[in-house]
Amino acid sequence: MADREFDVVVVGAGPAGLTAACRVAECGKQVAMLDDNPLPGGQIWRGASKEAAAWMHRARRLGVEWLAGARVFDAPELQKLAVETLEGEFRIAYGSLILATGARERFLPFPGWTLPNVMGAGGLQALAKSGLAVAGKRVVVAGSGPLLLAVARYMKSHGADVRLIAEQASQSSVMRFALSCPPGKLMQAIGLRAGLIGIPYRTGCWPVSAQGKDRLESVTLQCGHRTWSEPCDYLACGFGLIPNLELAALLGCRVSQSGVEVDERQQTSVRGVYAAGEATGIGGLELSLSEGEIAGYAASGNSDRAKDLFGARAAHRRFAKALEDAFALRAELRDLPRPETFVCRCEDVNYERVRGCSNWREAKLHTRCGMGPCQGRICGGAVEFLLGWKAESVRPPVLPARVGSMSR
Amino acid sequence: MPDPVKLTVNGITVDVPAGAMVSTAVAKAGAGACRRSVSGEPRGPLCGMGICFECRVTIDGRAHCRSCQVVCRPGMEVRTDG
Repeated sequence: MADREFDVVVVGAGPAGLTAACRVAECGKQVAMLDDNPLPGGQIWRGASKEAAAWMHRARRLGVEWLAGARVFDAPELQKLAVETLEGEFRIAYGSLILATGARERFLPFPGWTLPNVMGAGGLQALAKSGLAVAGKRVVVAGSGPLLLAVARYMKSHGADVRLIAEQASQSSVMRFALSCPPGKLMQAIGLRAGLIGIPYRTGCWPVSAQGKDRLESVTLQCGHRTWSEPCDYLACGFGLIPNLELAALLGCRVSQSGVEVDERQQTSVRGVYAAGEATGIGGLELSLSEGEIAGYAASGNSDRAKDLFGARAAHRRFAKALEDAFALRAELRDLPRPETFVCRCEDVNYERVRGCSNWREAKLHTRCGMGPCQGRICGGAVEFLLGWKAESVRPPVLPARVGSMSR
Repeated sequence: MPDPVKLTVNGITVDVPAGAMVSTAVAKAGAGACRRSVSGEPRGPLCGMGICFECRVTIDGRAHCRSCQVVCRPGMEVRTDG
């Protein structure tokens, strides 16, 4: 496939990427936006949502080049990315780059979590939005964060029998958070709750194991001193979100565990490389939109317009901090895995072997934890919480790529 | 409504809505799992967004395709390892 060149390249077509690409195009620059998914919108506006369609319409009108199903797997030269699609490989050169790589769910291992039909909360929602029929299915939604409410409502509205929502955070911290929300956010939450009438929302409650032969049949939950078993077809379970940092790290951008570090113009520690949205720290939709706008303006050399948005961004960041504090993971969750529970699902490495090591590198070398196809994207978030280990260096290819793609 | 898409999963013909991902077809065909893990456990989709690689299947002879990120096309032949 032919190589391409643009003034600005945006990686990620979720809310931050879409707004960034539109702002860049409005400033008269040539811009390409790529995403590994076949449709734009990211996870929150996945697929055929009205918001994604409206932004895509705008992007097309502005002449944004949209590259679907395109995975960045390497940065072989300065200001150049190597990209793979189902059809082949190409290189894309940029003047400036905006990373809007989003976030993934944090999964915690517990006995039975590898059974088919135990999925992420966002994971089950993504699959349902991709066509999976959930009508009549018994669903338990568990883990932590406001995403659980949105997922439960989506499932219910598509005919699922949502048995309960198990939120690990305590009732007092959820209440404190609700009271600290700006009115708009509070109304959103009330609206969500209204759509969930009849579904128990248990705080201080979490899954301790999942049972089933070849697929999930029931989940055992704990709430205070009580444990009980809940028969279900799907367990939708995610313990909050963690940013996707691999590409930023590959490019040499300074990253912390909470996200890519950026200055007030959303520029990373690498000149000409910007980051926006969940990749810079989990903050929700509104923060992603304002960061995307700021990054788009700044990457087009339009700093004055970027500055006008700093106030809005600051308000959204305060909300993000309240969210983080309210849904912090409780220490008891570190006791979920048993010695024989797999932590690394790619290489089937159990907890006993992993915790026998003293750091990530040793675990990788001695047990192969984090060395499979997901390259530690799933077990990394678990191990960080369970053992406090930070992910170390990132090496190309950042995603498994075909030999043919890498042989250039 | 666009016509449903007809494809096969392990030789079984299934109809899915236009735009559905291969993961949907695998579930609809009743395949227990997408793949077997290195120690032989059945595995299905976890993240639904191309991160976890648990939903890998073989599509038209190409192994290790993430079924949650590939749109079903008419006549596709999908194989699971479950």
